[in-house]
Amino acid sequence: MKRRLLVLGAGTAGTMIVNKLRRRLDRQEWVITVVDRDDVHPYQPGYLFLPFGLYTPDQINRSRRAQLPKGVDFVIGDVDRVDAPINTVTLADGRTLAYDYLVIASGTTPRPDQTPGMLGPEWRRSIFDFYTFEGARALATALKEFDHGRLVVHITDMPIKCPVAPLEFTFLAEAWLREKGLRDRVELVYVTPLPGAFTKPVASEHLGSMLEERKILVESDFLVEHIDPESKTLVSYDEREVPFDLLVTVPLNMGADFVERSGLGDELNYVPVDKHTLQSKAFENIFAVGDSCDIPTSKAGSVAHFSVEIFVDNFLQLIDGNPMTGSFDGHANCFIESGDGKGLLIDFNYDTEPLTGTYPLPVAGPLALLKETRRNHLGKLAFRWIYWNVLLPGRPLPLPAHMSMLGKTAATTHPKEM
Amino acid sequence: MPVTTLAGRPIQVNDEGFLTDPSEWDEDLAQVLATAIGITLSDEHWKAIHFLRGDFAEKGETPTLRRVSTQGGIGVKQLFALFPQKPAKKMAYVAGLPKPHGCV
Repeated sequence: MKRRLLVLGAGTAGTMIVNKLRRRLDRQEWVITVVDRDDVHPYQPGYLFLPFGLYTPDQINRSRRAQLPKGVDFVIGDVDRVDAPINTVTLADGRTLAYDYLVIASGTTPRPDQTPGMLGPEWRRSIFDFYTFEGARALATALKEFDHGRLVVHITDMPIKCPVAPLEFTFLAEAWLREKGLRDRVELVYVTPLPGAFTKPVASEHLGSMLEERKILVESDFLVEHIDPESKTLVSYDEREVPFDLLVTVPLNMGADFVERSGLGDELNYVPVDKHTLQSKAFENIFAVGDSCDIPTSKAGSVAHFSVEIFVDNFLQLIDGNPMTGSFDGHANCFIESGDGKGLLIDFNYDTEPLTGTYPLPVAGPLALLKETRRNHLGKLAFRWIYWNVLLPGRPLPLPAHMSMLGKTAATTHPKEM
Repeated sequence: MPVTTLAGRPIQVNDEGFLTDPSEWDEDLAQVLATAIGITLSDEHWKAIHFLRGDFAEKGETPTLRRVSTQGGIGVKQLFALFPQKPAKKMAYVAGLPKPHGCV
């Protein structure tokens, strides 16, 4: 009997995994099946540009199936639950899929329903998200009409996917307003549950001063309790209030509901895994890759990419009955758009925060870390082509999966007062 | 790692003053740590601290506010009242645990 690998989710991580493993698992011996709820694969980094008219919708969405290799079964359906003790997945329409190994790659999703008042009468009137195709398009329309008032960019709680995107949106909005001659008529506010602009001290200092230079107010340590749609106000648990005319919020992010129904998730429906192997802590034949797991690094495509490289080699060892020797280090690598055709690049892992220096080649660069350059912006734009043509098909990209300290300047920050 | 003297004995802490060895913690030390950040411990504070200690012992990680709320049964609003401004960080500090890693 053939062995069965079942992958739940044909997004960034799931697609890369099946493309890599189909080439390396014997077709006579292995059946690979991928499940997703639809056949639309979005280039999610592109959502950031939609509100400013920099990308058109047809540059974002492609067929999921078209990104998968021959010899992989693609099933469209909603997952109802995983019965891990009997190695079976049941779909909402009653179909069942048995597996020998299961990869959960169902990502994380913005959940505006989790904050009272967010999905009220002002949703997509004065309250917008930009992490969905529909949200980003609706925001594009709203921004066209927005010519004065308080524009508030808000993060509900961490972790969120692409944690730099709200900052990028803020920088792009600031530049866009300046270009339109509206900057003086708009107050820009950045509201975050974090103590500063970003999660890691050195990057937080750099990015914080970039917000300051642009006269963007930062409301930190702000954990929203509810939104009052009538007075258009964000209200925090400690009863601080931030009024808005236009709110661009990042709703609470949660893993898939089937993870919770299956008893496989934590309080945000993320699957607890070993942070070096992505193997479920509860079941040896289950892995959770990409945004769906609880590893303490950014939820980002780069993390999915680097961790998939480690996972695939480990998986091949595991099925041969050998110990898994690869160890993921939490490596993340993110472009940050800063407006005016420039961008920054950050590179970090579990143990090392983003530092200044160059990437990926020591000294020569070509890309400057934590510094605004035109080349970083072009790198980000070029990445869309790389995503569809190199990354998803699982072709080798000449970047090491593990983070390197070469070319970096060890920086220090001063610990902040509590 | 620096060593400081708290509650009359040497305690290992990091740059921010968080304990680096949770086993060096006891309830006397919690009183000292709480006083250091201007908090007087009530029964409600203790309930949160004991949940944090128990959950850390089980999971190996400092629970997030959401987890203290859903699993520990102490609402986020109350946690903000008990440990003002930065409840996640302050609770972890008093409980002698690492800062929660929710922030990445």
